[in-house]
Amino acid sequence: MNAIKSANYEDIKLSNAQIAWRAAQDIADGAYVNLGIGFPEMVARYQPPGREAIFHTENGILDFGEAPPAGEEDWDLINAGKKAVTLNPGAAFFHHADSFAMVRGGHLDVAILGAYQVAQNGDLANWSVGAKGVPAVGGAMDLVHGAKRVAVLTEHITRKGEPKLLERCTLPLTGVGCVTRIYTSLAVIDIENARFVLREKLPAISLEGLQSLTGAELVIDGLVTDLNVPEL
Amino acid sequence: MDKTIASPAEAVAGIADRAVVMIGGFGGSGAPIELIHALIDRYVKTGSPKNLTVVNNNAGNGHVGLAALIEVGMVRKLICSFPRSADPRVFTEKYLAGEIELELVPQGTLAERIRAGGAGIPAFYTPTSYGTELAEGKPVAEFEGRPYVRERWLKADFALVKAHVADTHGNLTYNKAARNFNPLMCMAARTTIVQASRIVPPGGIDPEHVVTPGIFVSQVVEVPDPAQEEELNRAGAVYPEGTSP
Repeated sequence: MNAIKSANYEDIKLSNAQIAWRAAQDIADGAYVNLGIGFPEMVARYQPPGREAIFHTENGILDFGEAPPAGEEDWDLINAGKKAVTLNPGAAFFHHADSFAMVRGGHLDVAILGAYQVAQNGDLANWSVGAKGVPAVGGAMDLVHGAKRVAVLTEHITRKGEPKLLERCTLPLTGVGCVTRIYTSLAVIDIENARFVLREKLPAISLEGLQSLTGAELVIDGLVTDLNVPEL
Repeated sequence: MDKTIASPAEAVAGIADRAVVMIGGFGGSGAPIELIHALIDRYVKTGSPKNLTVVNNNAGNGHVGLAALIEVGMVRKLICSFPRSADPRVFTEKYLAGEIELELVPQGTLAERIRAGGAGIPAFYTPTSYGTELAEGKPVAEFEGRPYVRERWLKADFALVKAHVADTHGNLTYNKAARNFNPLMCMAARTTIVQASRIVPPGGIDPEHVVTPGIFVSQVVEVPDPAQEEELNRAGAVYPEGTSP
């Protein structure tokens, strides 16, 4: 990808908050949802009015809420990112084995994670950039198995301009064939029959432009609609 | 029956060199800081215990608790899922210098291995890690058309656990999300040492509210107003006091 395209990408792409907003629109009323550490956590802020999702955190809470005001933290009440949280009415505590029974046992409706790379067959790489440094996996390898839907939120390309959606992941895998939908800074893409099927794209980018930023074929199978997200 | 021990120092006196020690908590939540610091005090005074294998979700934060245990050089091997934190320098430097061994385990697999250890289940199959580096060398089997990885139980010589209320029989409750790995580790260790904010007589905890039944607990020691790792770190604390980070 050349410099001109790169600049153009920065101009039109959705912000992380906007990607999170778009993902939140697909969460049904009554869904049990796990949000990955970092930018996927923003999804909780954009629940459509009238819908109630219940958020799960690996360290043993269902139905936690916003962060408390500074100075009112209870450090026994944190989320998987070790941030202080509050409880909603109807919350529950449980130990780690029960927490991951919820994860692997198919009881979560949606898990939403970040990604380094996603392959067209649904392989996900999001825990290790290779041999350097200290490896850390946390709950990611568990979360990609068992949730009924595994969605990824990601920039469409890396900071260096390289595609993150690929025919095959080159980084160490988190899970095999596990991702079902990708919300990127440019598009919404489903993984069906080991292909990237384009569902929505920003009106500001052409199909050819989007394909040039994608490391595998984008399949058109049915209607491709405009990806419309409010300014946030 | 009375499992009460007078002080953290007495509670940790029997932990030997090369012991496998499970330490409860998720980050600072549920971390038994006073028991860990009592163990460090013993090491500073006597040179023992050393070459410990520690099981925890993380690898410590800052220079207190688990990070301090690692910093003073008591830990030979760490079994954990996420050796990163706001301030992971202590573990990171030892790891990159080759001074500490790391067994990285996915978080749900770590929890289930500990549960299995406590439940007398030597191995189990999980979908987690199939097709990844962390499954290399492990047996795989298909169930209902899907591949699963075989994982082994995890047991310990000692567990150090933080509870909220204990009775003298060792029945426990926890404070909020400080529960996390603690009930599992109680089950999986030969000797389980619990610090609780309050110890009450039998009957002081409603049986409906008991989270960990006393059969899984060996010793309870009262630590009122236990320290929180996060607050210690915000205050720039270092353990043992007077040492430099």
